[in-house]
Amino acid sequence: MPVSAIEVSGLSKHFGSLKAVDSVSFSVAEGEIFGLLGPNGAGKTTTISMLATMLFPSNGKAKVAGHSLEDHDAVRNSIGIVFQDPSLDDELTGMENLMFHARIYHIPRKERGPRAMEVLKLVGLEDRASSLVKTYSGGMKRRLEIARGLMHKPKILFLDEPTLGLDPQTRRAVWDQVRTLNKKHGVTIILTTHYMEEADQLCDRIAIMDHGRIIALDTPDKLKASLGGDVITILTPDAGKLEKCLQVKAPATIKQVDGGLVVTSKRGDKAAPKILSIAHNRGIRVDSINVKKPSLEDVFIQHTGRSIREREASTTEVMRAVYNTGWGK
Amino acid sequence: MSFLSDAYTIWAREMIRFWRQRARVISSLAMPFFWLVFIGYGFGGSLKLPGMDYTKFLAPGVVGMSILFTGLFTGLSVIWERQFGFLKEMMVAPVSRTSIMLGKTLGGATIAVLNGLVMYIIASAMGMIDFTIALGVPLVFMALTALCFVSIGLMMASRMRNFEAFQALMTFLIVPTMFLSGSLFPLASTPGWMQAVSYADPLTYGVDGLRGALLGASYHSLWVDFWLLSAFAVFFLLLGAHYFRKSAN
Ligand SMILES: Nc1ncnc2c1ncn2[C@@H]1O[C@H](COP(=O)(O)OP(=O)(O)OP(=O)(O)O)[C@@H](O)[C@H]1O
Ligand SMILES: [Mg+2]
Repeated sequence: MPVSAIEVSGLSKHFGSLKAVDSVSFSVAEGEIFGLLGPNGAGKTTTISMLATMLFPSNGKAKVAGHSLEDHDAVRNSIGIVFQDPSLDDELTGMENLMFHARIYHIPRKERGPRAMEVLKLVGLEDRASSLVKTYSGGMKRRLEIARGLMHKPKILFLDEPTLGLDPQTRRAVWDQVRTLNKKHGVTIILTTHYMEEADQLCDRIAIMDHGRIIALDTPDKLKASLGGDVITILTPDAGKLEKCLQVKAPATIKQVDGGLVVTSKRGDKAAPKILSIAHNRGIRVDSINVKKPSLEDVFIQHTGRSIREREASTTEVMRAVYNTGWGK
Repeated sequence: MSFLSDAYTIWAREMIRFWRQRARVISSLAMPFFWLVFIGYGFGGSLKLPGMDYTKFLAPGVVGMSILFTGLFTGLSVIWERQFGFLKEMMVAPVSRTSIMLGKTLGGATIAVLNGLVMYIIASAMGMIDFTIALGVPLVFMALTALCFVSIGLMMASRMRNFEAFQALMTFLIVPTMFLSGSLFPLASTPGWMQAVSYADPLTYGVDGLRGALLGASYHSLWVDFWLLSAFAVFFLLLGAHYFRKSAN
């Protein structure tokens, strides 16, 4: 049994009557990349803020690197954090931001320079170290924040939406850095995201969050396998009628979603034609049918009946992305 | 000793920022500068003070006012940092809240005193007041005044989340503080109630002390000014530290 980097039990945070985080429990092993996946407002940031001693929990307990949350300084000394919202000083250069960090983390004077160079190299910013941060692009700022989080060699690194608002290329570069940190330097990583692909590609284990609760927790493969096969999505105006017909026929799980049905079947490729012929025989119109291997998205739909990509809070996201590119300052 | 070196780190950052933004900060001196010029020469002709030119009387008052403005507006930078995130970088570090507060206060006070000095140099360059480099005592009064108003600014910032509320409160604070302090006219010639209220205004003692030190003429004695101003400074520093620590969680 590996040692736990983080142990959380019954952790909650209430804002008035809103249960932003509602009694979550999980543990993260040393050396693991652990993901919190969920839509906007799921409570990911709130969870991380509590673990990073930035918010008092309303209830519950947690240990970070063996220290309980009340022991602020011990926890703060063992963690690094990259906040969801930018937290660099724009009026300072990249190097000055790192040096400020080195001082408030009490890194010995002699080590400050070499460490700064080391982390700058890791994120590929060594050329721009002496430019003011306000002249950086959004992606460069994000990378500098990651570099800064590593300056004091934390055992545990929290990354809150590390790739939000980045272009696909930069996003991949960040993923590579996260993997390197984890594999080469042995840093335990807890990251939040609402990008399925990110969680799928990077994380050893994923906790799916919704409305403040963890609704599923496992490795990406097992989460997907839990659906029991391929996912067939059928768009039809007569979802109810089709569901009844299929229930009689097929050994599969069927779920109604907006505008159609989602059917899970061991052999999607064989089931799809059958479904079509049943629909045809009963005179049910089918607008489209799609068969695919299950994704984390499907896992989320399975548990909540909603899609994680729902655009309910997309304005915030766009605003953040815009903000990251340097507007609004 | 990491408490003091942490405060120093935070102070040093304020200095770098001040230096980078000096154009912007200096432009905040425009307001007291206009007071100096327009009020000084405008009223100066018609306002006769016993034994002193009005412009001479006004100069220390304007130095005090520039410290009042820059000091209070330090609070704005904290709201700004809360909004735009840098405060979090400090808050999540293994650094005590008190040393963050101390570093910020000293940073703001240093900048306010520098502004006061620039104002003094302008006033003496315009021939309103004699220039001297023996500024030891005036600097003490400038520093204490700055500590008072920076602490008040930070205290307000810890209670407030947005710029609008801060701006509104500032107006209600700045105008009375300025006029009740005797910066612009001698308190001796004001009605009794106004003199009474002026006792509660820290700027009264700051400006009076400056006048005593620079012109050799003050309303209270220099020691009275010094002790009362120090008491105000300590009181607001402690209050500021208290609110800052509370708001941090
Ligand atoms: N300081 C606060 N006061 C009141 N409500 C808050 C506060 N912080 C967060 N909330 C609420 O708590 C809920 C969870 O927020 P949180 O930021 O943890 O979500 P998230 O999963 O990080 O979402 P996102 O993907 O948008 O970052 C939201 O409904 C949010 O409005
Ligand atoms: Mg979040």
